[in-house]
Amino acid sequence: MSEPQSAVRIGVYTCHCGTNIAGVVDVCALANYARGLPNVAVSRDYKYMCSDPGLDLIRHDIHDHDLNRIVVASCSPHLHERTFRAAVRMGGLNPFLFQMVNIREQVSWVHDDRNLANWKARDLLRAAVRRVARHRPLEPTLIAIHPDVLVVGGGIAGIHAALTLANAGKHVYLVEREPSIGGHMARFDKTFPTLDCAACILTPKMSAVRRHPNITLWTYSEVAALEGYVGNYRVTVTRRPRYVSEDLCSGCLQCIEACVYKQAKVADEFNCGLGKRKPIYLQFPQAVPQVPVIDPQNCIQFKSGKCKKTCIDACGDRHAIDLRMQEEQVTIAVGSIILATGFQAYDARRAACYGYGLYPNVYTALEVERLVNASGPTGGDVILRDGRKPATVGIVHCVGSRDENSNSWCSRVCCMYSLKLAHLIKERTGAEIFNLYIDMRTPGKGFEEFYQKLLNERVHFIRGRVAEVTDWALDSSEEGKLVIRVEDTLAGFVRRIPVDMVVLSTGLEPQADAAEVRRLFNISSSKEGFFLERHPKLAPVNTFTDGVFLAGCCQGPKDIPDTVAQSGAAAAEALAIIDAGHIETEPCTAYVVEEACSGCKTCVSLCPYHAISLLAANGRSAINEALCKGCGTCVAACPSGAIAQNLFEDGEIFEEIEGVLSYA
Amino acid sequence: MRPKVAFYWCAACGGCEECIVDLGDDLLRVIEAVEIAFWPVALDYKEKDLQAMPDASLDIAFVNGAVRNVEQKDMAELLRAKAKTIVAFGACAQLGGIPGLANLSDSRAILDTAYGENGAPREEYGVDGETLSLPGLLDAVLPLDGVIPVDYYLPGCPPTPNIVRAAFETLLGPDRPPKGAVLAPDHALCEQCPRRGTRSETLAIHEFRRVQACVIQPDTCILEQGVLCLGPSTRAGCEARCIAANMPCTGCFGPTGRVRDFGAKALSAVASVIDAREDQDVASVVDGIADPAGTFFRYSLPSSFLERKCGK
Amino acid sequence: MPEDFEPRIVGFLCNWCTYLSADLAGTSRLKYAPNGRAIRVMCSGRVDPQFVLDAFANGADGVLIGGCHPGDCHYQEGNYKALRRFKLLQRFLQQMGVEPERVRLEWISAAEGDRLKDVVNDMVRTLKILGPSRIQRKKPIKLPEAS
Repeated sequence: MSEPQSAVRIGVYTCHCGTNIAGVVDVCALANYARGLPNVAVSRDYKYMCSDPGLDLIRHDIHDHDLNRIVVASCSPHLHERTFRAAVRMGGLNPFLFQMVNIREQVSWVHDDRNLANWKARDLLRAAVRRVARHRPLEPTLIAIHPDVLVVGGGIAGIHAALTLANAGKHVYLVEREPSIGGHMARFDKTFPTLDCAACILTPKMSAVRRHPNITLWTYSEVAALEGYVGNYRVTVTRRPRYVSEDLCSGCLQCIEACVYKQAKVADEFNCGLGKRKPIYLQFPQAVPQVPVIDPQNCIQFKSGKCKKTCIDACGDRHAIDLRMQEEQVTIAVGSIILATGFQAYDARRAACYGYGLYPNVYTALEVERLVNASGPTGGDVILRDGRKPATVGIVHCVGSRDENSNSWCSRVCCMYSLKLAHLIKERTGAEIFNLYIDMRTPGKGFEEFYQKLLNERVHFIRGRVAEVTDWALDSSEEGKLVIRVEDTLAGFVRRIPVDMVVLSTGLEPQADAAEVRRLFNISSSKEGFFLERHPKLAPVNTFTDGVFLAGCCQGPKDIPDTVAQSGAAAAEALAIIDAGHIETEPCTAYVVEEACSGCKTCVSLCPYHAISLLAANGRSAINEALCKGCGTCVAACPSGAIAQNLFEDGEIFEEIEGVLSYA
Repeated sequence: MRPKVAFYWCAACGGCEECIVDLGDDLLRVIEAVEIAFWPVALDYKEKDLQAMPDASLDIAFVNGAVRNVEQKDMAELLRAKAKTIVAFGACAQLGGIPGLANLSDSRAILDTAYGENGAPREEYGVDGETLSLPGLLDAVLPLDGVIPVDYYLPGCPPTPNIVRAAFETLLGPDRPPKGAVLAPDHALCEQCPRRGTRSETLAIHEFRRVQACVIQPDTCILEQGVLCLGPSTRAGCEARCIAANMPCTGCFGPTGRVRDFGAKALSAVASVIDAREDQDVASVVDGIADPAGTFFRYSLPSSFLERKCGK
Repeated sequence: MPEDFEPRIVGFLCNWCTYLSADLAGTSRLKYAPNGRAIRVMCSGRVDPQFVLDAFANGADGVLIGGCHPGDCHYQEGNYKALRRFKLLQRFLQQMGVEPERVRLEWISAAEGDRLKDVVNDMVRTLKILGPSRIQRKKPIKLPEAS
């Protein structure tokens, strides 16, 4: 029930936001205008409403002027609605007797014509003043938070988040779709700028995950379905069959040794196809869990049913191999989710001019990581596909990055890893190395020093975007080589650089299934396809969906230090809500006015959260407040207006519409 | 002193007048309880009789029909002056009614269509030395409250005898509802519909069937059968007479108290349960509603937000 | 009030997609026509056709409904309901002589600030050619009782 109009006393606050708003909107005139609107008791303008003195204005005025509604004209509610509501509450008023007017993001920052911008600001303010008069006090809903956490993705981001949470005493499900955790980092040899061995810093963390009593590790598994909402998620995980039991396997690997394939024949995905594996295999020597996987596409027993099954014999009385394993669906309850699903490398075949896939000695950076890695297909030697060691190498920067024709963004890590690969290749082969770059982006701690180191190692740096890689020789010096054609922009002429090996520094992209994954978790993505953070500065690990957090490259390209930092931040955000025990959600739920409902049932099937059901006693509809997410679809659909929405009542919206248009 | 009542009709079909007669034996009780001081349809009263009455001397004036021409507007204003209470009687007075569909056109076009090349009648005729004048058409059809403030509304096309009986009792009794009230229950027809139990909770329409193009099964919810029934949007009170006659509700009792535009809300409700997601699929289901304006705004066009067709 | 005809567009923007895209246009400092008036709703599924008609009745020259792309609705399916209502409402508006360009349903995601700019600019251009809305209302609006 609202008070009679004459009792409504509104305080209106117009923010200058420095010159962000005041530079375009005449804030004093706007405050004056507000003063003349019906029910406005106080109208002020102030430089920074969101600062402490600004918030104090509101608090004191509520008390001194007996205000019972507040309007703030400033930035987007997405930024500061919570801030101002808290101030209203501190002033002793219900925080939902408040309305915000966006005159910055949606007026002063986007309109040049001052007259028209001010006209718009006045209309929006008038609408808010009319709307807020109809607001009623509301209480936010408290949602309890289940303490368990789901971490999706077992790369360094997921691993670090899982360990942080587990160490804090929370139970974590770490779900990874590869047979082992480790992600891209497990494929690297050394990491920049310190040239730490990637395995040496990663594997202890991987073992810690395996050992940790608070972590349930499910590899070779994927999230299949998600239901629920923050604090109360029900997740269905598909566990693919390894055909080797994790509980019974002791990690001796004799089954692999004993496989009827004496020679490995299957192209090895972990080594980017450069090596071979058997149908029963461990992804890499330090894999966690140390349990082999059988690949049914290539295993003779699965293909024909007629194998001697020497693997099972070798396993002996451990009986760990079970060829009848089935895919399992497991459902778990968690309160929060951290997405750490990583990136995929740009597919170099798309850059046809560089000849990847056409010329055997054109490699991607990831392939080279495997070459220089001691546990890779060549034991750490840089040996080309034709068996030679390269004497000259060209490293092409920005393949699939900073390019209108492929991806427009900078992938952030490629300059540094290109320097690293230059160093490693030179170390292994003594080759002459050319780095062909557009800009050298080495901003991090120790990164500039690393660049200097490479300069001192006499690597050639040529500034220019490579136009093509060709095997077409113009003279004898180019016979049998790959020729890199590039404009050397600093020297001012086009060069042809014959090399034995070309390395393409491919950029980072969202994973191929990023769109499905984000729909599954009900989050948005930015234009590039990376998952969207709630705010790049104020909330870089939150999403717009409460309870779902982001860590690592799935949110945008970044290196390992930043990934780990962000992953810790995501774990902290999850911990914050778990330890608080509950979160407050916007009380914008729908409700049925029971005596108005005729039991027509139109609403029941419209709710995707099954929040609406019929009361057994009288056949009328009722909405479960805990399940209602507050979209308002049922409100618009109710044929007789029997459903209303808190904070978005028909009456409130009509006032806003009429306020924005009518000058009365 | 018995209360004095008046009945008047504006742009009407006569059905609302008939429904007074439809009270049957109760009509005798009515004329015992009240003095009918003005009822041009049934008794020989003229405008000058009304003019002669002192202001506010009538207790209740029941006015049916929409306001289409100048005479009706003038009479409405006169009745407002002469009566303490005005009741908009029936859908036409409350919402504009069927005559309201004229607002899909304009007066010029209507006259042209009706009279063709013969031309519309002149507004004045001289006869036996006197001048007869025809009242001009207003630009648009209006509900009664478009020309005068209205105290109560009696919905229906026409209001059913039970509603009328109840209205008489309420208005003549000691406890009047607040001004502006609609004298009928404030929830939708489904509450009173005998077929309510047969409507499923998962109704989703993939094809709209027109009444004349199918056979409606007698014991199942009509909307469930794909035939547009506006029962869910329409105010109850008629006890689902049309449904009892195996015909869908067309919305004559108008909106419930929580709805401002009947047609828009009915349209929203019907569209929400269409079983299609792609643009093209939705369009082809919607094609099955041949005349949305006539279907959803059949009785309520003049009282809707847009009121009438846009100008040229 | 501006002298030359400046159309007024009432935009019902969903909180999670289109409203955010307008904010993004702001943080990106994209410039576009100042004729829009945003009314925030949580979901495009909240948009009642009554709102659209009320906007026209009060003098709006155009109405924009902005929601998430199909499949991306923050509340799963609200935008599909908005689409269905919009299609039926469009037919009614056509019968009432409202030019189809005056009402638009657009799917604009939170990342598409430039799309929002383009849609608003395009609508304003079109409305300037069509001219002010030709709705003819006579009756004053009656507001429902506060409940």
